[in-house]
This record gives sequence, C-alpha cells and structure tokens, in this order.
Amino acid sequence: MTVNSEMLYTKSHEWIKLMDDTTARVGLTDFAQASLGDLVFVNLPEVGDPVAVEESFADVESVKAVSDVYSPVTGTISAVNEELLDAPEKINAEPYEAWLVEISDITDREDLLTPKEYEELCETEGE
Amino acid sequence: MKLIFERSQEGRGCSILPACDVPEVDCSPEISRKAPLHLPQIAEVDISRHYTELMKQTHGVNDGFYPLGSCTMKYNPKINEEIAALPGFSKIHPLQPSHTAQGCLEVLGLAEKYLCEITGMDHMTFQPAAGAHGEFTGLLLIKAYHKSRGDTARTKIIVPDSAHGTNPASAVMAGFTVVNIPSGEDGCVDLEKLRQAVGEDTAGLMLTNPNTVGIFDKNILEITKTVHDAGGLNYYDGANLNAVMGVVRPGDMGFDVVHLNLHKTFSTPHGGGPGSGPVGCKELLSAFLPSGHVSCEEDGTYGFDAPSPRSIGSVKNFYGNFLVVVKALTYILTLGREGIKEAAQNAVLNANYLMARLSDLYDMPYAGPCMHEFVMSLEPLKKEKGVTAMDIAKALLDHGIHPPTMYFPLIVHEALMAEPTETESIDTLDGAAQTFREIYQQALDNPQSLHDAPVSTPVRRLDEVGAARNPKPTYSF
Amino acid sequence: MGSYVPSTQQERRRMLDTIGVSTIDDLYCQVPKEVKLQNLNLPQGKSELEVRSCMEALAQKNMQFTSIFRGAGAYHHYIPAIVKSVTSKEEFVTAYTPYQAEISQGVLQSIFEFQTMISQLTGLDAANASIYDGASAAAEAAAMCRDRKRQKVLVSEAVNPGVLSTIRTYCEGANTPLEVVPVNDGVTDKQALSQMLDETVSCFYMEYPNFYGQIEDATDLGELVHQAGAKFIMGCHPIAISLLKCPGECGADIAVGEGQPLGMPLAFGGPYLGFMTCTQAMVRRLPGRIVGETVDLQGKRAYVLTLQAREQHIRREKASSNVCSNQALCAMTASVYMAAMGSAGMRQTAKLCMSKASYAAGELCSIPGISQKFKGPYFNEFVTRCPSSQNILCALEEKGILGGLPLDEESILWCVTEMNSKKQIDQMVEIVREAVK
Repeated sequence: MTVNSEMLYTKSHEWIKLMDDTTARVGLTDFAQASLGDLVFVNLPEVGDPVAVEESFADVESVKAVSDVYSPVTGTISAVNEELLDAPEKINAEPYEAWLVEISDITDREDLLTPKEYEELCETEGE
Repeated sequence: MKLIFERSQEGRGCSILPACDVPEVDCSPEISRKAPLHLPQIAEVDISRHYTELMKQTHGVNDGFYPLGSCTMKYNPKINEEIAALPGFSKIHPLQPSHTAQGCLEVLGLAEKYLCEITGMDHMTFQPAAGAHGEFTGLLLIKAYHKSRGDTARTKIIVPDSAHGTNPASAVMAGFTVVNIPSGEDGCVDLEKLRQAVGEDTAGLMLTNPNTVGIFDKNILEITKTVHDAGGLNYYDGANLNAVMGVVRPGDMGFDVVHLNLHKTFSTPHGGGPGSGPVGCKELLSAFLPSGHVSCEEDGTYGFDAPSPRSIGSVKNFYGNFLVVVKALTYILTLGREGIKEAAQNAVLNANYLMARLSDLYDMPYAGPCMHEFVMSLEPLKKEKGVTAMDIAKALLDHGIHPPTMYFPLIVHEALMAEPTETESIDTLDGAAQTFREIYQQALDNPQSLHDAPVSTPVRRLDEVGAARNPKPTYSF
Repeated sequence: MGSYVPSTQQERRRMLDTIGVSTIDDLYCQVPKEVKLQNLNLPQGKSELEVRSCMEALAQKNMQFTSIFRGAGAYHHYIPAIVKSVTSKEEFVTAYTPYQAEISQGVLQSIFEFQTMISQLTGLDAANASIYDGASAAAEAAAMCRDRKRQKVLVSEAVNPGVLSTIRTYCEGANTPLEVVPVNDGVTDKQALSQMLDETVSCFYMEYPNFYGQIEDATDLGELVHQAGAKFIMGCHPIAISLLKCPGECGADIAVGEGQPLGMPLAFGGPYLGFMTCTQAMVRRLPGRIVGETVDLQGKRAYVLTLQAREQHIRREKASSNVCSNQALCAMTASVYMAAMGSAGMRQTAKLCMSKASYAAGELCSIPGISQKFKGPYFNEFVTRCPSSQNILCALEEKGILGGLPLDEESILWCVTEMNSKKQIDQMVEIVREAVK
C-alpha cells in the first residue's frame, strides 16, 4: 500500500493533486483500488458538469460491485481521462497516475488529509 | 463445446414449409435487405444433438438439490406443463372476442379469486411478467393513489437495507426517491429508525416478511401502522410468501399492495423465465390497476372491465404471461386449502431442520427459528482459514448441489442463504447436510483445495474480469 | 388432496425432534396471534386426475379457430416440431438464472447464441438475453436513451397501441415527457416529426412494419432523428427484417421487438419474448442479463453473465432498470426456431407472409365496397375500408374463422401468414363477399 507524498487525500479514499489555486486532478488511492479489486469500468462525468464537495461525480465498477467516487472540491469538470474508459485496469496498476477528472474554477474544498494523516487512516481501516 | 454456428454447413437445413401457393411477391430493391444474415445452416439431427449437449451442461431443479435462497426453487409438477400445453389454451389469440375466450378469462378470474384469498387482497392484475415488473406496477399504483388525492409531496419510498436489489431499483423507475433504513441487530426493521424516517413525504414502505435473513418480523403490525399513520401505504414484496401462505396473509398484516412470484411460490418453473408477477391490491387502489382486468357478470360470463380513466395504463402488451397463470392455477387446485398451508409449513420445517443440522459448524448470525430460509456467515472461516462463501459455493458444485445464494443479503458478510423448499425429502436434506459438513472439514484441513474448486464441472472458475473489461456478447463470424 | 411434500408424518416428527420443538406451529412463534389465519377459503385439494378434467373443461370453453387472419401484435406462425422438443427438456425448463456459470454452460451458451442470432437479424452489434415482451422492450429502450439534457421521448402514433400504452406508463413512472408524432396516410408524419425534434428529445420510437402493416421509410426517419442529435429506436417484426432492410441498415441505434413470431404460440398473450439489440456504443446501457464469452482458468472457452455492475442487484437505486428474471426459455425457443429455419427458411417465411397478404388484399379488394385504406408497401398486415366490419367478422366467426381486428366500424386490420393456405384465403374472401352483399 503506497501513499504518494505529493498529494492530498479524502477520508473516502480519493487523492487530489492541486495543479494551481483553482484547478485540481482527482483519482483513487492505492488503498481504494486494492479494496475494490480488479476494476472493469469507470463511469465518468462530462466536461462542463458542475461538481460539489462530497457529492458523487463518477463511479467505478468491479465484477460484482460498484462504488461512488466523491468530489473533494466544488468546481466544474474541465477534463476527463478518457483513456480509462478503455483501460480501467490502469487504476489498479498505477493509481496515482490514473487521474479520473480535472476540476477547475474551484470555489470550495473539504478539509483534506495530509499524506501522513491519510496513511494513519489507512492503517486504522486496514485492521 | 462447439457453438451452433460452428456446426453450420452451407447448403444444409431443415425442410419445414411448403412452396408458395399464391403468386409470389418480392419487395422492391430499395426496401430489401442487403446485409448478410448468418443464421445456422444445420440439419435437424444436429440441432437436436447440439441442444442435448447443452442440456447436459445445465443444472435444473430436476438435476438435484437447488437451495438458492430467495428464489424458492421448488419442484415443478409435470401436470402443470401438460395443462399449459393444451391447444385450448396455447392456440388462443389474445385479441379474440371475449365470448370465444371464456375459458382463458375464467382462468384469470379464478386465479385472481384464489390468490386474493391467499394474500388477503381485493383485486389482482396478472399483467406484470416477473417480480420486479410487479414491484414497478405496485409502486405506480401507490403513486397514482397519492396523486389522485392531490397529495403530491409524497415522493419517498422507505426500503430496509436488507431488501432485494429490485426494490430500490423499482422505486426509482416509478419516480420515487429511496430512503434506506438500517436493520436492527436481529435483522428486522428498526422501529425507532422507521419512526424517524416516516413523514409527510412518505409515499410508502416496501417490505418482505419474512425478511431476507429468513426471520418473520414480529413487529409487523406496528410497522405497517406506523406507515399508515404517517399517510403512507405498505407494499409487500411476495418473494418470501412461500413461508407463510395459508398461515398469515399480507392483507391482514396491514399491507395495501403485494406482488407474487408465481414462478417461486406457485411452482411454475423459473427456466430463467418466463416468470409472472401478479399484483394484488386493496380496494382503495383498484381504480388504478392496469388495463385488461377480468370481471365476471352475474350470469357467469367473463369479460374485461371497461378501461378506467385513472388506470396506470399498461406495463406490457395484453394480459400477462397467461400460460404461467394456467400452471399456477393448476397448482392451487391441486393443493387446495389444506395443501397450500402444508406446503408453507414444510418449507419452514425443512429450513429449520437443515439449519439445525449445520448450526454447530456454520455461523448462523440470526438465531432460529427461521422461516423458509436461513443465512449462514462464512466470516469466521474466512478469518481463520481464508475460505470464503464463494469457495464453499464452488465446492458444492463438485457435489452436484446448486449453492445457496451468495453474498446476499448485503447486511451479512460472506453470506450464504439457503432455502431448501418443502419439496425436498429428509434424505436429500441429510445428504446435503453431510456434504456441507464435509466441505467445512475440508476447509479446515486443506483450504487450498476449496480455492481450486470446482474441479469436476464442464469448466473451471471463469475469468469474469476479462469478460467485463472486454465484453464479447456475440460470436464473430 | 394433492401434495408435493415428500416427507411422511414420522419423518416430520423426527425433524421436529432434531430442531427441538414439539409442533410446526412453534416455528411460527413470531407471527402475531391476532393475524394468524384460521381458515383459507379455497376449494379442497384435488387428485391429478380431477385437476386435469377441471382444467381441460376450462380449455374447452375457448373457441379454437381453424383459420386466423388476426395479428396486431400476436402472430400465428408455424412452430417446427424440433422447437418444442428442445425447449421441453427438463434441465432447461427447471433451471434459473445461470449465476453459477460452472454448472450452467448449457444455458449460458444458448443465450450467447441467441444474442448472436438476434444481432445478426437486426444488423446491430450487441443484444441482451431478452426482456418480458416487445412492449416492455420498447419502454426499456426509450429509458436507455435518457440523459440529463435530453429527456423527452417521441413515439409514432402508428405503433401498436399496447406498446404505446406501455411506453407511456414507463415514462410517467420516471416523470419523463412523452409526445406522440401524428400519423398521415398510415405512416409517421415526417414533417410533424421534424418539427417536434429539438434539443430536449432523447429518442424517437417507430415500428417496422407499423401497426397498420405499412413499411415506413425508416432510413429517412432515422436521418431526421440523428440530425437532431437524438437516438433512433426501431421496433421490428423479427421475420420481416430477414427480407426488409434491417435496422442496422436503416441507421437504428437500438432495435427491439416482439419475439413471439419466432416459435412461441399465441397463448392468449403470453409468455412472449422481448428482444433488444443496440450499437456497440450503447452496450453498457442495455438492461437485464448479458452473457459474454470468456475463458476458464485453464484457458477453455466459456460463457458467463457479464457487465453485472449495471444491474439492480449491485447498483440498487442507481440501476437504470429493475429487470431481474428474464425470458431465457423463450429466448431459447427463438434460437431453436431460427436455427431450424436458417436464413433461407426465415426469408421463405417472410416471402410467404408477404405474398399471401398481397393475394388476400387483392382478393378482398375485388369485392365491391372494400378497398385498401393506405397506399404504401406492406408486409403481412394491411387495413381495408369496408362497410360494417362487425357483420363481416360475425359471418367469419360462424365458420370458425377469426377475421381481422376491427379498428373502427369501417376498417379492419388483416393479417396473413404462411399458415393461411390459398384455399383458406379463398374461403375467407367468399364469406366476406356474401356478408357485404
């Protein structure tokens, strides 16, 4: 289980990487992909869709489960990683490379966890 | 196994139809098909053998014990099939004038009368083709009822977290928002949570009783009253009716609308469908029933009710899966008033017996007595030996037993839900118990052998991830 | 009384002892006393022999017509003997949804073959394992096209009324707006359609042939629909499209239909079979079961239920459809039918239907006062204008013939299939001739 030191995290196991003050990329953490198992599909939003803090903006499917992905920020979807539509296994293989969406015009964000705090959270949940 | 397309040979075929005895007409080139049409070219003998081979790789109730929880895989009596195949039923056009289809209408009329008696309802529609289809229909009745009273704020359906997945899905299709309420420790409705959930926005509650952990909710009267007091209606998911028919009726428990699964409770085969999901309701909902409701005149002739302007319309064409109703009626006539109750009682007896035979080894999260089914949890075995519910299920395949329902209900971890039904003998149950016990021992001694199971089936465990990542739903020619 | 419970009274006693209770009633201790049923008001149980005569008596109360000229959604076709022989195999009849793939390869492979044949027939990429009937398939297809921006469903007025009513019910359920595109001379009014298409329309549904038997210019309608950015759904007669330009050729995004003509008896309306096919782009929106090819851990080709995360048992309130049970046995019926007929047999059936319908229409219209109502090409059904449709139909009924469906006092929708010999058609025409004199 790895935690990338360059990112911030949510309690629901998304990572967020701030590109600048109002733009960020969001993906699923290594802990998330490991507990979900082999992913077979992602449902992504469309560019231009509004997202809000703690609201689901996408979902990921494994063979026998589906899980919502929650937004850590409020803003507008400015890009989606369409590569994942054909190759969802990238999330399993390289979770911190496989960003799901880019969100711009960020106006609000939830209290995010530092890598250290997130690592502690995973340790507690992993038990 | 070859696909039927791989048995095809140019020029082969069956000779079925005569030559044309009227002047032949061709369609003009601009409207005629140019795309190739690859259907098998195959002789009758090869069709027959192909399907015989497929048959040998199929497990039905006829092949052995099938304790698939929540699906009521009881024996399908053969007389039902013969009756449904009578030309007097199978060759009747759905749009024949009523006076030439009195037998069909009487079948629907009688089935309605008897099933209303069994459920404690006043009216019934046979149009829905399956349980989920019935849920959708029943919820539309609830929606139409509130709307007719101008009570448009009632937009929410309460569903316990132990419910069948179709319940919340049907509620959304009917335009409602779903309010999930957690179950209590005992797997039953948490009355306190229910009281907090109901209000002026409550359209109704969807519930199955006995519930999906196989327990009869003893607070049922309090539950239905709570919803009624809040102005909502109660929907009974009849998936588990087999436990209580002839013993207690949904209508007497405070339910306003129910759906039945004739292909579970009333012995008509699942066959992957065709199912039949008739919906019964109390008088207050009857004006909203789908079109095609049968009525009987005073002189004994049958006909269709005039279309009600308040009807929800149709949920499929015509009057439902009629031949399935024929089979169910045959079953009800066979069992009669004593037999219906006897079936339920023995379904419960069989489930409790199998549970008792296994409860020293397998973890039973809910203490008995159970109703027609019970839930085991493989969580302890998974922690101890890494053997999952899936492993146990796959091991059962090597013993010719269809596994119980896996990973349902969602509120139990590593769940296996077993429903033996009343049509299994004590010998079958003893044999199954023995197998379950042996597999448990095998899990302790040699867990790897269970991860490898099944080994004797036509194919081994499948690559489901690959199938879902790159779906291939058709053959490539 | 009849019973299917095998255990004897002594065995039941032994089971109670093992459980540790004294009566079965003790097991129902959670049921509140005040609602326990005292007596079920049903007839007494009967022996198999008694039940048989009782049910046979009911069947005999129906009138079986010797020749049938009525369709309107339920079609009288020949069912080859091999069809019933295969589908009555008890393994197939008594199995359920193939959740356990390792012991269900037979059912799974047969569904995979069905999906392939239906995709071939419609000329589209993928199919599901079936749905309840043609009407519910059409309603589910409309639901597949809905997204946040486009909600409205357009349906041609020239579709089967039962189908329209079903789509309407589903739309009302989901609070989706629906508008009906008017009909002109027996076909969808193209001008009206193009006016009604806007950026809120998700899809347009039409039938092929339509309810009046007319073969509409589907390609033309499809282009209009696509220009407006909406999806094009065709409801089709499965035998007709072996001969007519198929949905794939007409540009359909989704093709659905009533599969009953493919080997299922009339059966007073059911069980029938809804088939659904679509383009590759829409596969993940299909409702219900889908079987896919895969391999087992030894690399052997095998079949499995796939894309299950779309479905209600996983997605619950977020599922796009609640479909659970399907019509696998009916789908198998259709597969065996199509295998027995083959491409040539399907086309032969279609040609017989078309030729006989054309002959019957010509003969009927040779009777003074009777004429065809619409001028476009037709397949197995057509509408005649005729004086006093009730007189005609009563005269036919007296001779054991089920005439066409009266649409109003002065028009009848006739259906002719390969089951109607020239002799039958001539006899029917003579009776009509006498009746209108």
